[in-house]
Amino acid sequence: MSLWEYANPTRFMRTSGVLLPWLWGLTGLSLVVGLVWGFFLTPEAENFGSTVKIIYVHVPSALMAINAWLMMLVASLIWLVRRHHVSALAARAAAPIGLTMTLIALVTGAIWGEPMWGTYWAWDPRLTSFLILFLFYLGYMALWEAIENPDAAADLTSVLCMVGSVFALLSRYAVNFWNQGLHQGATMSLDKEENIANVYWLPLVITMVGFGLLFVTLVLVRTRTEIRARRIKALIARERMV
Amino acid sequence: MIPELGKYAGAVLSSYGLSLALMAGLVILSLWRGARVRRQLAEIEARGKKHD
Repeated sequence: MSLWEYANPTRFMRTSGVLLPWLWGLTGLSLVVGLVWGFFLTPEAENFGSTVKIIYVHVPSALMAINAWLMMLVASLIWLVRRHHVSALAARAAAPIGLTMTLIALVTGAIWGEPMWGTYWAWDPRLTSFLILFLFYLGYMALWEAIENPDAAADLTSVLCMVGSVFALLSRYAVNFWNQGLHQGATMSLDKEENIANVYWLPLVITMVGFGLLFVTLVLVRTRTEIRARRIKALIARERMV
Repeated sequence: MIPELGKYAGAVLSSYGLSLALMAGLVILSLWRGARVRRQLAEIEARGKKHD
């Protein structure tokens, strides 16, 4: 069976309807376990004190802020190349989730920055590229709302999504190629020397899985809503013609 | 029940509080809009069947 069969709205609705109860369960479980473990059961860190616990909301939300945009990029490219409506609607559905994740990353980063760096904000490469990514999310959502023709809206938002991808990638790698700014490098690394201590690592992985599952679950829920909303528009247009 | 957070209690608690509130808001809004659109679609489809 081909992956493209899920571009059929009926098939997508049927499959996502079966998956959603399981996804909700797994999302709730991993979020509760990860956050409770991170908040209640991890010790203070030598350099960060108890603020190290902020890592369990800050890092997963920052990761999902970037990944959501990359998912939107893939869905937009599928729309541009193959003209599958479900992929355009999935990209649209993901934007408010990515926006919320970016906002959480920015706000928790600012709250964490004040006690650690002595300031809520600095025009650091990673912070600045995240702020630009946040503005891209707002612009993307506004563009969808501003254009009445859904196909034209999907075309233009796809182009905007490709442009914004530069900043999504910049948010991830800015620290690596600009050796300046306050923000530290990657929290998770395959290099043992750079990776965070074991005691913080496992709950962080579980929380990241939880945020990832929350994203997938909400994308499915919201794409189902967009498919229904599109059908409503089609039915109303047909009623007017009769 | 709440772990000893010392002088950073405000920063840690506000980070968790804001994050959970934003995530809960997103979930509630997504479900609420989903239910509203589903209801609208059912009404329009029922109206269409009546006319057929």
